[in-house]
Amino acid sequence: MTNTSQELSTKHILGIKYLQKSDIDLILDNAVHFKEVINRPIKKVPSLRDVTIANLFFENSTRTKISFELAEKRLSADVVNFSASGSSVKKGETLLDTVNNILSMKVDMVVMRHPAPGAHHFLAQNIDASIVNAGDGTHEHPTQALLDAFSMREKLGSLSGKKVLIVGDIKHSRVALSNIFCLQKLGAKVRVCGPPTLIPKHIPSLGVEVSYDIEDSLRWCDVANILRIQLERQDIKYIPSLREYAQYFGVNKKLLDRLDKEIVVMHPGPINRGVEISSDVADSEHSIILQQVENGVAVRMAILYLLANKRNSSKLVS
Amino acid sequence: MARGRLIIKEERFKITLERLSQQLIENYGNFENTCIIGIQERGVFLAERLSQTIKSNLKKPKFDFGKLDITFYRDDFRTSQVPLQASKTEVDFLVENKKVILVDDVLYTGRTVQAAMSALLAFGRPKTVELLVMVDRRFNRHLPIKADYTGIRIDAVDDAYVRVELENIEETDRILIFSAKR
Repeated sequence: MTNTSQELSTKHILGIKYLQKSDIDLILDNAVHFKEVINRPIKKVPSLRDVTIANLFFENSTRTKISFELAEKRLSADVVNFSASGSSVKKGETLLDTVNNILSMKVDMVVMRHPAPGAHHFLAQNIDASIVNAGDGTHEHPTQALLDAFSMREKLGSLSGKKVLIVGDIKHSRVALSNIFCLQKLGAKVRVCGPPTLIPKHIPSLGVEVSYDIEDSLRWCDVANILRIQLERQDIKYIPSLREYAQYFGVNKKLLDRLDKEIVVMHPGPINRGVEISSDVADSEHSIILQQVENGVAVRMAILYLLANKRNSSKLVS
Repeated sequence: MARGRLIIKEERFKITLERLSQQLIENYGNFENTCIIGIQERGVFLAERLSQTIKSNLKKPKFDFGKLDITFYRDDFRTSQVPLQASKTEVDFLVENKKVILVDDVLYTGRTVQAAMSALLAFGRPKTVELLVMVDRRFNRHLPIKADYTGIRIDAVDDAYVRVELENIEETDRILIFSAKR
């Protein structure tokens, strides 16, 4: 399972689409070591003590922001946090100006969440620092996909040939897109399931199966990754009501009991209990939702560690 | 790889290993409240052999055994040209108030040992730490670090490379010296 190349092929983590399988394996293999580190009595290593990382969050986040910040602190990096509310963005400053101002204070890496898809690509072309995408609009959320893959791998071993179902709002979900790319690169089969209005038309062109029948899909899969209904992106009505959604696509205990096998249930959070997933499933032994959160820190540590390794600071040597 | 020159042969190696284990037994008795921790990668192999030898001499030694990886603690992380790959750390006990015997194959610049001591602190505050090495390259130290138990002392030029081979990994126990780094 160990990767032989030992180095990422890229300086940025913009999306899973741009990573090679060897990069994904390298990150997941390293995350195993970092998971051991964060379970020690003293959960901190000095690897990144000369690295400064800016967390730029132009969109709300709880889990991802805390997870990145903990990962950075446990690697001993210096961390600055920035969120769009209460900043000069409100005064009309452009993204590039904001970031360049922050970088001129000698920042080595940028972790950014931004509502505009592609914002990270734009930055990567214009600045020198390494960029980690912590979510860009409805495009990609690569670190979530990597921690999902890590959690699945931990539970099931190799993902090659495994069947993974993604349920819910595929259209607005960056988690879905990153997961599809990641799982396919690791050799898993992917099916999406949800109301037709929330399944993008082009999705079969990615080599993904589409189904509108939740029970049949759950029967098919080894892992079900259940996505949140994104209330903030329902600017037009895609579904008649949350109650109806819960009725047709909500995963509950009754449904799981009808299957003749055990499946692993995942959710990237935050959960709308009683909508896409019922409490008795979210809190059951099938669910690895909290393990996902724990693994998130380890996977993000691996990503930051490998990127710092990649930068291999010429400024230190010269 | 150029062929190395043999400095220690199998019979002599076994005698040295036996001596090291007897020295430890002399100082640690039945190893109450003690742990032996090998430094990844080759220090672990040596530590495994050492603990086998101790067990063959002592009925029930009470030491804990651990493997310590120091990659994340290395001071050359950002300057190294070759990416550093971590190995597994397996220390499933606390070293708090314990006597620790750190084991490595070769003591050279002392930087590995320094990193190992910082890494060790993540598992508690040990009572004492001692260092055991099979080979001490005594004229190449960058830091004020010395071994408490030494297999052999070797004087070698800076770009020479010393390799400890072990029967549990390679075919036979021996120590080789290569004239230039591999």
